[in-house]
Amino acid sequence: MNRAPGEERENMGGTPTDLKLIDENGRRLDGRLADDMRPLKIEAGVLSRADGSAYVEWGLNKVMAAVYGPRECHPRHLQNPERALVQCHYNMASFSVDDRKRPGPDRRSHEISKIISEALTNVVFTEYFPRTSIDVYIEVLQANAGTRCAGLTAASVALADAGVPMRDLVASCAAGKAANTMVVDLAKEEDNFGQADIPLGYVPRTGEIVLLQMDGDLTYDEFDKGLNMAVNACKKVYEIQRDALKRRYAARSVDAEMAAPVAGAVKEGM
Amino acid sequence: MGNKRAGPGTFVEDGKIFAAQLGIKNVRPDGVSVVPLSGQYIPLRGDLVVGKIVDIGPSNWLVDINSPYPAPLHVNEVPWRVEFGETSKFMSVGDVVLLTVVDVSETKRITVSMQDHGLRKLTGGMVIEVSPSKVPRVIGRNGSMIQMLKNETGCRIYVGQNGRIWIDGDLDNIVKAIQAVKMIEEEAHGLGLTEKVKKFLEQSSRRGA
Repeated sequence: MNRAPGEERENMGGTPTDLKLIDENGRRLDGRLADDMRPLKIEAGVLSRADGSAYVEWGLNKVMAAVYGPRECHPRHLQNPERALVQCHYNMASFSVDDRKRPGPDRRSHEISKIISEALTNVVFTEYFPRTSIDVYIEVLQANAGTRCAGLTAASVALADAGVPMRDLVASCAAGKAANTMVVDLAKEEDNFGQADIPLGYVPRTGEIVLLQMDGDLTYDEFDKGLNMAVNACKKVYEIQRDALKRRYAARSVDAEMAAPVAGAVKEGM
Repeated sequence: MGNKRAGPGTFVEDGKIFAAQLGIKNVRPDGVSVVPLSGQYIPLRGDLVVGKIVDIGPSNWLVDINSPYPAPLHVNEVPWRVEFGETSKFMSVGDVVLLTVVDVSETKRITVSMQDHGLRKLTGGMVIEVSPSKVPRVIGRNGSMIQMLKNETGCRIYVGQNGRIWIDGDLDNIVKAIQAVKMIEEEAHGLGLTEKVKKFLEQSSRRGA
């Protein structure tokens, strides 16, 4: 996998080689146990100009997803006379990582756009909208490892918010190996100095896997364990996704003027 | 779900019915459907739509009907006799028209027509857009909501299934009607919507008087 500048695996100017990713009590750097996820917060319908949108805060990751369409597909030669095209554009903001990321598409973002498009194509009823394109834009505002999972999670909520017919939501979470232990939902340090990473995209209703990658080396048993951990995490993600969609409309019918928690957080910070 | 029929917004897998869209479940004795809360307008045969001319060809106009698919309006489908290449003498880019969807093919090729009672080019007035999924609420049961809007504001109103609404009348009344429509759109799924809107319209007319 290609990495963004802030996600470098190389030892850049003094790797803390003595960094203990997991302590004697089995606690990770942020106090989590091996199968604990980082706190996940999802909000649906945050953008009024897009047909559907979602905002995800997953640990220190902050990701926004917007969906447009189904709409007329341009350029015309891309359109498929039988189905809709799910086109995903993953982008990292220049300020999303420690060292400024050079803006614009690169190899890594192309790859992620492609795999997320393919994952989402599997759940969208593309045959309902021939010759159209469903455009998904994923903007990573702050990255802390696992942005492709956060992006896919946000994108599927945004698609549902846009009213796009789907078989199910896609939930996504990664597992990996850090300090010779299989752990779920790697944070930045665990990803950078750990041994392996398996991002997973999962369809909870059917148990299908629509995204699976592996970076690093694992034994078969380790892989199996990691995959199981990731699947279980995805099921938790799925509940939070559904809750976000329900809240979007519950909040509206009770009180349209209710301030979004995000805006409240900004005010407190000031 | 027993032997119920899977209606719009649902799909069947392994004999079970699932929702395909985010929406409100609607169970009837004969079937189940999901009323979507959002989504694009997908044309259906027989729909009344408010379109906007976006391009002109020698024998047709291209109409934007707020859907993923463009709708060509052929010269044979308008109430006038148009010579080849004379299309721009009748309607130009930006004109607003009231049309029906005559046909939607398997591949979603769309045919629209202006040859029916009441269909025409719309001059004057204003066009506003609402989410197409909210159109049934704007119209109301058997047109009760739209009828009330017309009566209370004295405006001429056409509601297209594509979410475009054309309103004409006094400026004050147009503003009132637009506010009411926005209110319907925002509170589309609340209870007692018609009463609420009626109250709003009566209040604002008193304020205006």
